Amino acid sequence: MATQLAKVNEIIDKYPARPSVLIQLLLDIQGQFNWISRETIQCVSDRLGVPVSQIYRVASFYKAMSLKPRGKHVVNVCLGTACHVRGANRLMSKMEDTLGIKPGETTEDKKFSLERVNCLGCCALGPVMLVDKDYHGKMTPARVEPILKDYK
Amino acid sequence: MARLNSPEALEKLRQEITAGRDPDKPCITLCSGTACNANGSEKIAPVFAAEIEKQGLKGEVDLRRTGCHGFCERGPIVVIYPEEICYLQVQPGDAAEIVQSIKEKKLVERLLYKDASGARIAHEPEIPFYKNQQQVVFGFNRKIDPRSIDDYLAVGGYRALAKVLFKMTPEQVLEEVKKANLRGRGGGGFPTGRKWETTRDAPGEPKYVIVNADEGDPGAYMDRSLLEGNPHSVLEGLIIGAYAIGSHQGFIYVRAEYPLAVENVNIAIRQAREYGLLGENILGSGFGFTIDVHRGAGAFVSGESSALMTAIEGKVGEPRPKYVRTAVSGIWDRPSNLNNVETWANVPLIIGRGADWFASIGTKGSKGTKIFSLVGKVNNTGLVEVPMGVTLRRIIFDIGGGIPGGKKFKAVQTGGPSGGMIPEKFLDAPVDFDELTKLDSMMGSGGMIVMDEDTCVVDVARYFIDFLCDESCGKCVPCREGLKHMREILNDIVGGRGKPGDIELMEGLSKIMARASLCALGQTAPNPVMTTIHYFRDEYEAHVNEKRCPALVCKELIAYHIDPARCQACMICGRECPVNAISGGKGIIHVIDQQKCTRCGTCLDVCPARFRAVTKLSGEPVPAAIPERERVLVREKK
Repeated sequence: MATQLAKVNEIIDKYPARPSVLIQLLLDIQGQFNWISRETIQCVSDRLGVPVSQIYRVASFYKAMSLKPRGKHVVNVCLGTACHVRGANRLMSKMEDTLGIKPGETTEDKKFSLERVNCLGCCALGPVMLVDKDYHGKMTPARVEPILKDYK
Repeated sequence: MARLNSPEALEKLRQEITAGRDPDKPCITLCSGTACNANGSEKIAPVFAAEIEKQGLKGEVDLRRTGCHGFCERGPIVVIYPEEICYLQVQPGDAAEIVQSIKEKKLVERLLYKDASGARIAHEPEIPFYKNQQQVVFGFNRKIDPRSIDDYLAVGGYRALAKVLFKMTPEQVLEEVKKANLRGRGGGGFPTGRKWETTRDAPGEPKYVIVNADEGDPGAYMDRSLLEGNPHSVLEGLIIGAYAIGSHQGFIYVRAEYPLAVENVNIAIRQAREYGLLGENILGSGFGFTIDVHRGAGAFVSGESSALMTAIEGKVGEPRPKYVRTAVSGIWDRPSNLNNVETWANVPLIIGRGADWFASIGTKGSKGTKIFSLVGKVNNTGLVEVPMGVTLRRIIFDIGGGIPGGKKFKAVQTGGPSGGMIPEKFLDAPVDFDELTKLDSMMGSGGMIVMDEDTCVVDVARYFIDFLCDESCGKCVPCREGLKHMREILNDIVGGRGKPGDIELMEGLSKIMARASLCALGQTAPNPVMTTIHYFRDEYEAHVNEKRCPALVCKELIAYHIDPARCQACMICGRECPVNAISGGKGIIHVIDQQKCTRCGTCLDVCPARFRAVTKLSGEPVPAAIPERERVLVREKK
């Protein structure tokens, strides 16, 4: 935990100590740890002078932030309109069945988290999914299992 | 890099850059937008570099990674300059052959575009997808490396900025933009010049200018591609706007879902600063301007102007009542002018080529071009830029190449969750701000999602309401509760539990939401439902009264059935069925147990095309299984 807080402090040091940097800061913390812990929020609150309640409000409002630990790999299935008309729902169902979790949940072994995203901006390649930083276009339910196997 | 202290120094640098470039030297350009990267472009670039070296062409052939070309369906795209030979769907294994073809001045036939008649087209501008476009704003994307300010300067970049700083007063700039009649490309189509003027004249300092790159509208991605592919054009537009408005601080608000855009725009800002095109005393003019990039964090509603500004303040991005417009009282209650990416990218063109040129393109009320994201059930998906006023038919059929699989066109959805669905009878309508509004839809940011006969409009309406339910901030009751109830009703309808009166109930609810919601999200939220009821009422009625989904989409209203006359008992569907609902074996005609079936559609997908034995039914009983003894398949002797 001490090392985590040291890292958090490092992130905070990159920004001027103004309340307006809050969202940017939390995004960086999310990017670093894949979630935002209670201790982290306390630390940010102390440093920026923003009440904990306000930080919770921000962190719980935005989809890019998670207040629960997430899996090693985050699977984002795009359910944008273009993906929807090309069968993204079936892709999502297949993903739910394969991982045994619903969107917003993490597998028991903490390997995968599943999220729905409203548009990744790769609409021409729909249905699209993003695993960590890799985009997978023109997805079909049949390709789900082989792709997931590549993420250990 | 030394700062440029005068417009002359900028021109001198430009000349040096262009003098050092031989226009006849072969250059391999590789599209490196997010979509092409998803298609493997990132892996191809190093292979090309290695291949150029290996074939001894180092120094003789350039390699450039450009922004998005628009033809995302066929990416990764490689274009060889100066001839503009275009190769589509290029894979790493093709690099050697392509490099060799440059050496031997030949074509790699198999990677060229093939038209409907099977003829190959070699040159990018001659491909029908591009030929019918007018790429004014988007055109530089394919010529420049977005991470090279020199590339942008080489195509005339920042010349418009030098012009306004040294030859025009802020008032003149404002007049020019007003004269061009540029309207906001982000949704509403508000006249940009008038908006700028409001902020300029509003009391209070400092004033802010903002780029809205929170392109949350699902199915639209032109702003991403512009910001990724030509970030300097957006910066240049923003600085010009700041000068006209009298602002010295700008913000770029980018969605967190667009990491490459964030990266490229940050690089561009750093480069512009190094050249003295940003920061204090730009080009020695005395005008100073800085830009901060603010990442969004995944909230559709934060693209609304007042919400976006609240988010820049570091708070929850929720809208506020706009009795006083954000142009007058925005970020920290100061006058703040917000335009989207595409609007800003038009500004340097208007200044550079003049308002008259700009106003010569388009229709009476909508000038210039518009970039559309043409996606969904259309052959050539991608980004297309056309003059305002071009018909939907031209976009979808001439550029988009029509509907795949010989299916029938049903509707096109424009304007995102705030827009509407336009049916076939209006295909010849010209596309501009006012015409689309007349059809109960709207321009929005330019998403155009094509739907074919296999798309259920009720399901799409439910999709949008579900999306908006998820994205509503919950601050005002009509939006929060209205959407929730609308979703319940729609879920009932697609689930086969629709009751008479449901459609009318939604109509009433829609009216209230449109009138009483706080921000545009809630006010326009009923649009997807209203337009689909308006144009496709019969489909709603089929769902409610006959429990039938005419497009055979809604899971609870359809059944899968194996036609015993067509089944060849190959066992593929039985093996693939995830719930083992299919009985039968080798030589025994397969039957689906309707009780067990989850309607996932796998059997339909895997049934070999030559058999086509699996069919979908709706609104009619599934034929009873044939008797056991008749299930033994007697194959005809060959």
